[in-house]
Amino acid sequence: MGPVGQVGRVAEGLSRRFLDSLERHGFNFFTGVPCSLFEGVTRILDAEPRYGYVSAVREDSAIGIAAGAYLGGRQPVVFMQNSGLGVSVNALVSLNQIYDIPALLVVSWRGEGGLDAPEHLVMGEVMEDFLRLLRTPFARLTPDTLDRDLAELTRVMHETRKPVALVVSKGQLQ
Amino acid sequence: MTRADAVSRVAAALPPRSLAVACNGMIGRELFTCADAPSRFYMIGSMGLASSIGLGLALVQPSMPVAVFDGDGNVLMNLGTLGSVAAAGTPNFYHVVFDNHAHGSTGDQQTISDRVPIERIAAAAGYRRTLRVRGEAPLSAALASFFVDTGPAMLLVEVDRGNVPNIKRVEPQPPDITARFRRALAQP
Repeated sequence: MGPVGQVGRVAEGLSRRFLDSLERHGFNFFTGVPCSLFEGVTRILDAEPRYGYVSAVREDSAIGIAAGAYLGGRQPVVFMQNSGLGVSVNALVSLNQIYDIPALLVVSWRGEGGLDAPEHLVMGEVMEDFLRLLRTPFARLTPDTLDRDLAELTRVMHETRKPVALVVSKGQLQ
Repeated sequence: MTRADAVSRVAAALPPRSLAVACNGMIGRELFTCADAPSRFYMIGSMGLASSIGLGLALVQPSMPVAVFDGDGNVLMNLGTLGSVAAAGTPNFYHVVFDNHAHGSTGDQQTISDRVPIERIAAAAGYRRTLRVRGEAPLSAALASFFVDTGPAMLLVEVDRGNVPNIKRVEPQPPDITARFRRALAQP
């Protein structure tokens, strides 16, 4: 098998491990809008009905669906590309943050390091500042420390009852 | 019929063990004023998302009817969610749209629902049942079975413009609305 196949296999392994880790940390509702940077994860979510993955039409709607799931007793994850953060601003600040409705946002980092298609460059450059401006604690997905990082993010999410974010770079979950 | 009257009639028709999500603006304040309960979630910001919240709730609480009290401005702001509701096919999702063709909470500026029939969009998207009513008798007739038959269903109620003078705001603070809602659900 060539190098591309090997990379694909490793990433699929990490996608599975990532979903398992999310479940171990209590996450049990999954919705979002896809991104090629985590297509390995959505491939599993789409294929396995037990996740009940809800493919949303917009990122703010996904946040609303996740909020409803939280009201109904679940602990939700919302997947989105970082472009979707822009769409989500009002939902995050005038729903989640004022109502104490938590969620884990899994956000892909298009435009990281200025190397991407033009439409991703501005958000790619400001994304970390943007998350700070939105008072959303975040961590980078790092395969070696995934469980520890998720444990810490989940702890902060429960303590603050506010959204937190996990940022996914290119190549990690594809 | 005034919107407040219509909201009150719909609230009175809710099944006993049901959940409700109200959109922002006057509709939430009217529901709070006429029929407050811990099992009501009043969305005061995030315009357009009441149906999304109701969908998430209906998906994870399949044994309970979930009613969304929505407005034409709210539905039009996040029209795509009608597709999400239809695609999910949640049988316990009941969408009530109070349509006055106006943004009633900001001064009755016109929306486009006088030319764009929202319930027909819902029907085209795949809601199992949709109906439009105007006036007290047709509303009463519709409410006799609306929350009993299978969803996803939309009841569009044509209402007059205008607000109740000095109607109170939703009193519990947002974190308390969340907490009491989750507590109410956790009780057997």
